[in-house]
Amino acid sequence: MLNIPIKDHFRETRLYNARLTVVAAVVLVLILALFLRLAYLQVVSHRHFETLSQANRVKPLPIPPPRGLILDRHGFILAQNYPVYTLEIIPEQVDDMATLLEELKQVVSLNEADLRNFRKQMRERPRFENLLLRSHLTQEEAARVAVRRTYFSGVELEARLQRHYPLAGLGVHFLGYVARINEQELERIDKATYRGMQHIGKLGVELSYEKVLLGQVGFEKVETNAHGRSLRILERIAPVAGKNLQLNIDAKLQSLAEQALGKRRGAVIAMDPSTGGVLAFVSTPTYDPNPFVNGIAPDSYQALLNDPDKPLINRALNGQYAPGSTIKAFLGLAALEAGDFDASHPVTCPGWFTLPGSSHQFRDWKKGGHGIVDLHDAVVQSCDVYFYKLAVAMGVDAMKQFLAAFGFSQKTGVDLLNESEGLLPSVEWKEARGQKWYPGETVVTGIGQGPILVTPLQLAAATASLANQGVRPKPRLVHAIVDAKTGVAREPPTESFPPIALKNNQHLDIMIQNLTDVVHTNKGTAYGIGYNAPYKIAGKTGTAQVKSIAQGQAYSEKLTPERFRDHALFVSFAPVGSPKVAVAVIVENGGHGSSAAAPIARKVMDHVILGKASTIPGVARPVIENEE
Amino acid sequence: MDWQRLHLDKTLLFALLGLAVISLFVVYSGSAKDVNATLGHFMRLLLGFTVLVVVAQLRPEIIERWAPYVFIGGMLLLIAVLAIGVIGKGAQRWLNLGLFRFQPSELMKLAVPMMLAWFLARANLPPTLPRLAAAFFMMAVPAFMIMKQPDLGTALLVFSAGVFVLFLAGMHWRIILLLLAAIVIAAPFAWNYLHDYQRQRILTMFNPEADPLGTGYHTIQAMIAVGSGGIYGKGWLNSSQAHLDYLPESSTDFIFAVFAEEFGLIGSLLLVAIYTLIVARSLLIAYLAKDTFTRLLAGSLSLTFFLYFFVNIGMVTGILPIVGIPLPVMSYGGTSIVTIMATFGILMSIQTHRKIAE
Repeated sequence: MLNIPIKDHFRETRLYNARLTVVAAVVLVLILALFLRLAYLQVVSHRHFETLSQANRVKPLPIPPPRGLILDRHGFILAQNYPVYTLEIIPEQVDDMATLLEELKQVVSLNEADLRNFRKQMRERPRFENLLLRSHLTQEEAARVAVRRTYFSGVELEARLQRHYPLAGLGVHFLGYVARINEQELERIDKATYRGMQHIGKLGVELSYEKVLLGQVGFEKVETNAHGRSLRILERIAPVAGKNLQLNIDAKLQSLAEQALGKRRGAVIAMDPSTGGVLAFVSTPTYDPNPFVNGIAPDSYQALLNDPDKPLINRALNGQYAPGSTIKAFLGLAALEAGDFDASHPVTCPGWFTLPGSSHQFRDWKKGGHGIVDLHDAVVQSCDVYFYKLAVAMGVDAMKQFLAAFGFSQKTGVDLLNESEGLLPSVEWKEARGQKWYPGETVVTGIGQGPILVTPLQLAAATASLANQGVRPKPRLVHAIVDAKTGVAREPPTESFPPIALKNNQHLDIMIQNLTDVVHTNKGTAYGIGYNAPYKIAGKTGTAQVKSIAQGQAYSEKLTPERFRDHALFVSFAPVGSPKVAVAVIVENGGHGSSAAAPIARKVMDHVILGKASTIPGVARPVIENEE
Repeated sequence: MDWQRLHLDKTLLFALLGLAVISLFVVYSGSAKDVNATLGHFMRLLLGFTVLVVVAQLRPEIIERWAPYVFIGGMLLLIAVLAIGVIGKGAQRWLNLGLFRFQPSELMKLAVPMMLAWFLARANLPPTLPRLAAAFFMMAVPAFMIMKQPDLGTALLVFSAGVFVLFLAGMHWRIILLLLAAIVIAAPFAWNYLHDYQRQRILTMFNPEADPLGTGYHTIQAMIAVGSGGIYGKGWLNSSQAHLDYLPESSTDFIFAVFAEEFGLIGSLLLVAIYTLIVARSLLIAYLAKDTFTRLLAGSLSLTFFLYFFVNIGMVTGILPIVGIPLPVMSYGGTSIVTIMATFGILMSIQTHRKIAE
């Protein structure tokens, strides 16, 4: 190192010390900055970060409450919950969904419907919710998933309560069902209320009493790690079970009525006339609601939709039918009440009726006519000409007003959502649609034909009001709301409409006598069910035309295709004097009310009044004229 | 005890031992009570202190004489690592020496300042422009090679160690300003040269909330850990951020977050104070050093150590971008503990041999 120049030590030291001072100052400033930063994070923003740390650590996990049970009046279970193993996915915790699904396929069986349902939920459900991939895992499948649990990220094996309808299709139209919450419902519902829940009432009681059945979601505050895995429960707020519903429905009666209708399309309503309690609410054909709970397969759903018998339609609630001659049970009272018509004078029935200045013949169902008939005979024999004349005398608007008092063309107030209102035509109604009201339409309205429409539920409620001194109760499916835990039952009060104002209350008694004679006298159109009945029934048959018959042509049941045959109707209550049940029956394309509908009503009444089918022994079946 | 005769500096030694003891507790907590990891950390500390004691015995003249050879040896090893990396088609930072894996880049943290101090001490200070240029190449080439590994953190430290030497050597302010201007101009080009993840990290520093589950995640979780510690902390072993896996690298690069969460502001200030004490003592040694080589080396090593802990805590507290620089002595793993301890061995050697020589 010979070439090292002589150093200027003094100058070097001065320079070095100056530089060292600079860096020491910088170091000092930077360390002060660190101190300030730490104080800022740990003192000033402490609360903010403390909250974030808690939010990181503690996640509230919803615990869905068990849905309330639905029972019939005797405690038979109509809707229940049972535990099933479900395989659920939290998509946010899955890195590669396609691979995961492939791997899961090795462990549990997944069919196309499961995958399609899952993808649908992926589109519709909010983030960080469990999505159902498959339910009803077998014990073996559940075990296979359980042992691989740590291997799969974002996969949860849960024991969930699943809604189940043990009686399958029985009463499906009033019971309804629950199914997966869909996109529209998701927008409507309060998401906090439905945290952790995947089902919602879609129809019937399940829909109408959703709030009562639902219960309150519980929460577990769970410490979770960064991978979303729960480590321990910090706090638990138990869910509150939904309330049980005890219905007025008698499942045995419901079953009996459904069987009585058999394969025919129709509806039966049986209700307690004093309380409005619905004992049977039948619409046939029925269908099994259970497949709907977790999403029905599209082809099964298409099959239901395309079924010509339209099982999905709730005929009892939404079926709108011409009442036919059953309307005479109510218009007969109008004959007594109305000022324009003198019910004390008999009418001659030649078998047809014409309006003045018209040659169009309105036929009576009985060729050759009923001869000279008074109101009693007209009701008992269901004379059409008598009611044609009544209708013309009253006019359509007065008829509408009178019938509206029985609840026609209005909601019955039943505790089910989406009921139909039916229709009472009027001049105004027709003109509002830009058409002219023809006098002929007034004539046919008198026998429950033409544009007039009623629902089976309306018919039953109106009939109940006849039985109940003119007081029409609101039909009630639910008898009591029962707290599952305490057993405390709350009975919603029975409600009714104001009594029908009559000029003379005896008129109602006269009319009830007439209706009783329909069933119990040998000229009565429903004598076929009355001749051997051990109790008194008041009733009225009806046959509603489906296809109009050309002038001069006769209706022949045999020659008419099944779908164009007349609808058979029957309204009744019993026992006369202390009525326990009012019944309305409609059998679509059933033919005659007397032969198709009345026997069903009789079976229903037997069950309610006697507890079993019964007849007076030793009474021979009379020859009965097929009415109307 | 005569520390001077043992060639140990009492202040530095006890401060480092204090850090070492604290680090064992924090590594235990940060590694989720992993006894093996804690034991491993203990063994590294033991090795580190052994290296410290051994290096402290070397006279500064020997260190000065070895400087060029250590530098050349380090460069050869870096080339070897790069070559193996190219052949192995992947990032490569270490050489597998059978018993343990050795990172040549760690060696360069010492070799570069040693080489520059040796080189600049061969002539009068301040250095002339050609000598500065030569010195610049001596630090830029290894730094560039380390960056290619890629190990941006170590590359920055190595480069910084060189810059500190140049600065202390009295590089003219005019040149410093010129270089700063050049950096500002070159920055956009350098930006293009960075890996995507490196760019993201720098962007994230300015706004971690922009991508809370992506690149901002580490910063946010670390800040949550530090901030939720409050003044008194959650207590040892109670770092929920680390134990529930929210905090990444909780026993290595982000160990300060665990410490701050468990021991609060009081603990963090104490820890920063210990580091400050070490830096202050090291700068004092640099100040007291008598010849050019030891002055430049001691100054550079002190400042590199400061940079080390400042960058790490700055990154954990969200004021600096995330670069993979561990907290010296505290962080678990890697060969860095040995290098750090060797640094203090050199500083102690400079301190103690000077006084004996007097």
